[in-house]
Amino acid sequence: MAMLEVKSLSINFGGLRAVDEVSMKIEKGELYGLIGPNGAGKTTFFNLLTGVYKPTSGTIMLDGKNITGKNTIDINRAGIARTFQNIRLFKDLSVLDNVKSGLHSQYKYSTLEGVFRLPRYFKKEKEMDKKAMELLKVFDLDKEAALPASGLPYGKQRKLEIARALATNPKLLLLDEPAAGMNPHETAELMETIRFVRDNFDMTILLIEHDMSLVSVICEKLTVLNFGQLLCGGKTSDVLANPEVITAYLGE
Amino acid sequence: MGFLSNLINGISLGSIYAVIALGYTMVYGIAKMLNFAHGDVIMIGAYVVYLTSVKAGLPPVLAVVIAMVACTILGITIEKVAYKPLRKATSLAVLITAIGVSYFLQNIALVIFGANPINFTSVVNVPVIKLFDGQIVISGEASTAIVVSVVIVIALSLFIKKTKSGKAMLAVSEDKGAAQLMGVNVNRTISLTFAIGSALAAIAGALLCSAYPILSNTTGAMPGIKAFVAAVFGGIGSIPGAMIGGILIGVIEILGKAYISTQLADAIVFGVLILVLMFKPTGILGKKINEKV
Amino acid sequence: MKNKTKTIKPYTKQSFITYGILIAAFAVTLILVETGSISFMLQSLLVPLCVYAILAVSLNLTVGILGELSLGQAGFMCIGAYTGALFSILMQEAIPESAIRFPLALLIGGVCAAIFGILIGIPVLRLRGDYLAMVTLAFGEIIKNICGALYLGKDSEGFHASLDSASDMGLAPDGKVLINGALGLNGTPKDSTFIIAFIALFITVIIAYNFVNSRTGRAVMSIRDNRIAAESIGLNITKYKLITFGLTAFLAGVAGVIYSHNFATLQAVKFDYNMSILILVFVVLGGIGSIRGSVIAAVVLTLIPELLRETIGQYRMLFYAVILIAMMLLTANTKFKSKLTAYMSKLKGLVVKEKKGEVK
Repeated sequence: MAMLEVKSLSINFGGLRAVDEVSMKIEKGELYGLIGPNGAGKTTFFNLLTGVYKPTSGTIMLDGKNITGKNTIDINRAGIARTFQNIRLFKDLSVLDNVKSGLHSQYKYSTLEGVFRLPRYFKKEKEMDKKAMELLKVFDLDKEAALPASGLPYGKQRKLEIARALATNPKLLLLDEPAAGMNPHETAELMETIRFVRDNFDMTILLIEHDMSLVSVICEKLTVLNFGQLLCGGKTSDVLANPEVITAYLGE
Repeated sequence: MGFLSNLINGISLGSIYAVIALGYTMVYGIAKMLNFAHGDVIMIGAYVVYLTSVKAGLPPVLAVVIAMVACTILGITIEKVAYKPLRKATSLAVLITAIGVSYFLQNIALVIFGANPINFTSVVNVPVIKLFDGQIVISGEASTAIVVSVVIVIALSLFIKKTKSGKAMLAVSEDKGAAQLMGVNVNRTISLTFAIGSALAAIAGALLCSAYPILSNTTGAMPGIKAFVAAVFGGIGSIPGAMIGGILIGVIEILGKAYISTQLADAIVFGVLILVLMFKPTGILGKKINEKV
Repeated sequence: MKNKTKTIKPYTKQSFITYGILIAAFAVTLILVETGSISFMLQSLLVPLCVYAILAVSLNLTVGILGELSLGQAGFMCIGAYTGALFSILMQEAIPESAIRFPLALLIGGVCAAIFGILIGIPVLRLRGDYLAMVTLAFGEIIKNICGALYLGKDSEGFHASLDSASDMGLAPDGKVLINGALGLNGTPKDSTFIIAFIALFITVIIAYNFVNSRTGRAVMSIRDNRIAAESIGLNITKYKLITFGLTAFLAGVAGVIYSHNFATLQAVKFDYNMSILILVFVVLGGIGSIRGSVIAAVVLTLIPELLRETIGQYRMLFYAVILIAMMLLTANTKFKSKLTAYMSKLKGLVVKEKKGEVK
């Protein structure tokens, strides 16, 4: 069974059809790329998958479960986590607390237990600290755990966002332009991290990216969107060799 | 007949709310901020009218013009000193600043004019209208308020549709960044908005204190808040909306006082605000705004 | 630019410093009272000081931690004051011991306020920013108006209420008027003492710190910092907003109970929106989000004007207003901030240059 199966997904904004009958199938453990020129509807597609927008038509199946039309919170609990194109961290919280927020739904104790410092508070907080530090270590952020998230350099902020998304224990991770604004060195490092996450967390990853060098190296399969429509999809090497794709990117 | 009388009183009070609400709605539409101090500008305007007409004996029209000038200067100054530096700050910070300005105006008036309320002498010199053999009496203050507010709404709508500055206002309220790119001077437009809103506040102050002749440093606070309710009711950012909202709130308040409870009239007006925001937060003539992800 | 950002200090350390300051201040005050070193006027301020501090800490949870502006604090206080006082008046004979009755009154006042807070919060918390502020203000005024118009009496047949007049209640001749419209409540036992008020404040501060530094507090602050990201990691926005709003209302209600038991009579007019704004002033001047700051600001800003009543008197509120505006201009204005940093580094540069000069 596919991890993600999208069938003829569409959304209209007024008269504009931002995503038009797009279908896609991602197998478990795949590293999948979503590419296309600016305004092709990639981020809108992510927003549909994560429940920010409700689709006009079409279905979204996650690991065999229909999640079409559910809200963001339920979709996250069903197993999709994401990062954002313009980084959205909890900027006044510490790096550690950003990740602990991600652990929120898995380590539970009540507000009263927290306010009155009952034993479960200490037990769960300790477990959360341990788990969060493990995650931070993966992204080489453990030394910055006590810094406010806004105090991190740009590249590390992107990594922290991935760490926070992973903390929610997702089945599918959506990365929206993870390499945006990074220098080649940082991008290379990020590629390593993404591969590491896929291998060590047993993760399925779908990413939007403009950096073709990154996409061509790490993505096994690609889907290309153009004007909200599916241009083509398949193995990375095949897609990149497709003349239609080249035209869409470089123009006639 | 009693009902008709109350209705007319309500429309007249509502017309004053409408004039105040215009100030709220324009500033909210263009600067995207709630100018909490707007009600207190009314109070300052009323004091200026009092000083110039009652104390100095100037003719009422001249007194109101002087008050308009004074309030315009005040409004522009407030915007420049307190709000402009915060244009990129959070709405929380801006609102707290506006509350600070409101407090400042109330207390500076307290220091200057003292805590004792002043008996305001009406500046309206219009004869009483009697209908149905004197069964319905419309005071000069009431008829003036209605006529003045209608004239203002029409003039303002024409100003926004027909003049360059008015169109610039519309552009800034739609999209500040795009307006700037198109060569609109955003700072000047926002200043102009505050200037117009404050000048209207002066007129509202004169009308309000002529109809309800007690003036103290907190005179503007409650009418200010109610006018905000009116602006929201009509749809924030909409000029005809402010007029409709104002009149509805005025009528609700007066009828509430007459037929339900004097004590609870304010509670009823605030209840309206809550109901509107719960069920139609965009008001009668407003439009929806979405957040971008 | 160097990338040395201050680390976030652990809350445990912060909170224990605050507890220490509070206990020290309490001990000093007790000694001063016992030795008769402070005036009667100051002594009468001790309970209100604690009340304002509780109100400020509680409002800070909504303004600083949740990041939403509520102007309804006086309304919750009013509900706490009315229900708590009513309970005490009714139970004066059944529970003569104030050491038992008063804590119960505190709890009842707090719970009633919290229930109102949550009931109001359900429709209101969908709104954001300016609208939320105005709606909470509206609710506060509605509560004040209704309490001010309320008549409640009790006779052998039970309770009678009216929103019109005392005679409208149809009370039997043996009946007793409990709430007398605009005149409010009369005959509340004066159970509030400085010690009880302080204990309530101390517990409030502990609750506030523990709340912020818990799973719930973290969720609330995440929502404050970025609502969309908070939703994307599965945080239930409405739930956490309601919890915070309810807690704020609960604590404000408790403060209201203490307030009402400090005077024999109680009128609803006291709880107008000026009271809410005054509390907001404390929160802002103490530092939005700083619990210790809220306590200190509430105490200092209540004390100074009282001590200087002769000299500053009517300038007090003017002074608050100016500080409020100045605070916001200094803290929220990015341009000013960067100018200040630039100026500071320039200043440092000058100092370094001078030192170099000295070496030469």
